[in-house]
Amino acid sequence: MSRIPSPTVELHRETLSNGLRVVLSPDQSAPVVAVGVHYDVGFRSEPEGRTGFAHLFEHLMFQGSESLEKLAHFRYVQSSGGSFNGSTHPDYTNYFEVLPSAALERALFLEADRMRAPRITAENLRNQVDVVKEEIRLNVLNRPYGGFPWITLPPVLYDTFPNAHNGYGDFSELEAATVDDCAAFFDAYYAPGNAVITICGDFQVDAAIELVHRHFDDVPGRPVPVRPSFAEPPPDRERRHDQPDPLAPLPALAIGYRLPDPTAGFDGYLAYEMLAAVLSDGDSSRLEQRLVHTDALATDIGARCGLFGAPLDARDPDTFTITAVHPSTVDVNRVIEATDEEIARLAADGPDSDELARITARWAATLFREHDRLVSRTMAIGAFELLHGRAELVTELPVMVAAMGAEQIANAAAALRPDSRAVLIVQPAPSAAGQEA
Amino acid sequence: MRHRSAEQIGRTELGPRPLPPLGPPRIPIAPSAVDTVLDSGLRVIAVRRPAVPMVELHLEIPFGGTQRTHPARAEVLAMTLLRGTQRRDRFDIDKVLAAVGGDLSAGVDPEHLSVSGSALASGLDVVLDVLGDALTSASYATAEVARERDRLVERLTMNRSQPQVIAREALQRRRYGDHPFAREWPEADDVAGVTPAAVRALHRRSVVPGGAVLVMVGDIVPASAVEAVATVLADWRSDHPAVELTALPELTGGDLQLVHREGAVQSQLRLSAQAVSRNHERYPALQVANLVFGGYFSSRWVENIREDKGYTYAAHCGFEFTRHGATLIAEADTASEATAAALLETRYELGRLVVVPPDDSEVDSARQYAIGSLTIATSSQRGLAGHLATLATLGLNLDWLLTHTSRLQAVTTGQVAEAAAEFFAPTRFTGVVVGDGKRLADPLAALGGVELP
Repeated sequence: MSRIPSPTVELHRETLSNGLRVVLSPDQSAPVVAVGVHYDVGFRSEPEGRTGFAHLFEHLMFQGSESLEKLAHFRYVQSSGGSFNGSTHPDYTNYFEVLPSAALERALFLEADRMRAPRITAENLRNQVDVVKEEIRLNVLNRPYGGFPWITLPPVLYDTFPNAHNGYGDFSELEAATVDDCAAFFDAYYAPGNAVITICGDFQVDAAIELVHRHFDDVPGRPVPVRPSFAEPPPDRERRHDQPDPLAPLPALAIGYRLPDPTAGFDGYLAYEMLAAVLSDGDSSRLEQRLVHTDALATDIGARCGLFGAPLDARDPDTFTITAVHPSTVDVNRVIEATDEEIARLAADGPDSDELARITARWAATLFREHDRLVSRTMAIGAFELLHGRAELVTELPVMVAAMGAEQIANAAAALRPDSRAVLIVQPAPSAAGQEA
Repeated sequence: MRHRSAEQIGRTELGPRPLPPLGPPRIPIAPSAVDTVLDSGLRVIAVRRPAVPMVELHLEIPFGGTQRTHPARAEVLAMTLLRGTQRRDRFDIDKVLAAVGGDLSAGVDPEHLSVSGSALASGLDVVLDVLGDALTSASYATAEVARERDRLVERLTMNRSQPQVIAREALQRRRYGDHPFAREWPEADDVAGVTPAAVRALHRRSVVPGGAVLVMVGDIVPASAVEAVATVLADWRSDHPAVELTALPELTGGDLQLVHREGAVQSQLRLSAQAVSRNHERYPALQVANLVFGGYFSSRWVENIREDKGYTYAAHCGFEFTRHGATLIAEADTASEATAAALLETRYELGRLVVVPPDDSEVDSARQYAIGSLTIATSSQRGLAGHLATLATLGLNLDWLLTHTSRLQAVTTGQVAEAAAEFFAPTRFTGVVVGDGKRLADPLAALGGVELP
């Protein structure tokens, strides 16, 4: 077995008087720099009657600000040789630029300008409602398994609006959004004290801190909203839901369980990361070996923490999912029973020591590889700092995982109880035509 | 608390501020590298990039075939190549790789069989051993072939239900008809007839080192890594070279084809025209012209149909490179009710690129983007390995990558205008529109230049 190396990542912190938290991580291995801004608001915080609003607002943050006409943000980033994007998660919204290091100050200027004074107009709102509707048609309405399972599983597992609703939004509610909704949302959630800016790559720490002060010091501080608890009790039974999908050629299923609150200790949560790996990482994993290769019950099967793939990407409550696609000739209950048997076997015996060493090596290697991409590392550091106050997780995770014992993973498996979960069953269904939402 | 209005939010006392200038550019440092051809004919490229303790591997073997059954056999071969050898079964292979944090996977397209993966750098020898084992003694056991055949049929059903795949297959047929390049995925009936013996025969004929390239990038010493390959893959030999895909015909322009998809709420626009490849002297000018048209967000086409009109979420025009040439492919997905309007604007922007050529500021923005995005894309092990593998299949190398910046810097606005005029004339394009034929037929017929079902 390979010893897992522990590469170092240099981290520095600063907090401005307006409350903006700054994390810097210099790395001169390539002449590239990435800037990420994480705001502490995601789609769990959007108001009832305004599903999809947090994501729609993310689009509007690219539409101009006091010093930048519409289109200028994109043009300045790209004409500097860089790329940009943003994404909306359950508990945060992020924005980034990755550019040649000569353009660092430009990226800071662009982020500061829209944090200070975004220009929200009715015309841009209408245009971006149209663009977001095209995005939803592309990713959900016009394809088989659209939104499976991130949109379709939560309403089966959760009861409350923040946890259960569709973060992409209903068309009618997107269309109902007003400029004043945007102003209220910005004022409430986009305060500098509600954000973390992360700078990674090719720069000198002192010079970068000076640039952050130059561009962000005069973003006025505002009150930071009190973050509500989204806690709700776990299901007290198995909840099943059948979903017909006229575009799907094969049946699919998603099983959702509740994850432990990471604030109770990272180990408790990370045991489920290891559990997901034991269950479905590679041909020799428990579920792949049994369901895909030996019993031929499933075409593909996967287990993961969270609905967005990255570890520790949300606060409590969060979801552990198992998804499978299976032939129509296989009854879905056989897939579920075989899965339950494998989980029960793991709960009873735990992984053996070789298996444990294998999954920790591969998990750590996957993380190194992911974080070798500068923008991925930057966004992980920002999310860890915002959600958990712990940018250091970027280097600590492989160490924590390597220290994990078989018993912790067995305990995690034991907690995946059939009487406290959601089961979503997607059935191919004939239909005259796809329907517009 | 009462919130501010949007007008109040968008203004400060100081007013708009000036854009800061760029700092001095920093040039990427050339990494240490070895690029050599072994006795077997295998080209090996090894590059040191020690940012994380990992190594990336990419093996590309030319894998052309003209028989109707080739795509099915090739696909089953790719799915079972790493699923058992004389020494190890499927599960042993996965365990050995996992122990060094490794992964290997194989895939095939009409041009190449590709094997790619990664591992902790300390596990390079193990990954090479597994790779060599598969290349020289993959067993294609009857049970494995049978199981992967079934899964392949299921996956093909899944794939062909995706609008992107339906559009891709329609575009390939429109562009290349029955040419093997158009057969990217096999037919389910052909898959059912693939036998282990046929896969083994294909392996003997086509999984050979002559003409193949192996790229390794990571926390390695290039010379030692090449030596390790020469030792571990010493038994991978053949008396004949790998099989190249037969040459592609030049694309000519023509009507778009409307392809009906039942239940579609969104349409796929796919337009394509002949271009020139990376090794052509006019490529840098064409690369810049394409960016100005639709190759990045700040392009005329994206600013028009997304940011002005809201017809699409993503529109993009890019190159597709093959061994002996390249084409441009413009792609956008758009709601049924906006499809005809989006096509009209697309043709308008193609024509406008010819008659109102890119100006200095458009050229400079695109040039900087081309330079910067290449630096960014090749700043990770995975990105650099992928780029080098693609370049190698075109006969290019690390030196091309490092010198491409200077080629882009030398391009003039006049050369970009010439490339735009030659390559972007709307009449040079052919393609497909996939969507709800009942809703699209009338408006597309009115526009003209579209062949209806």
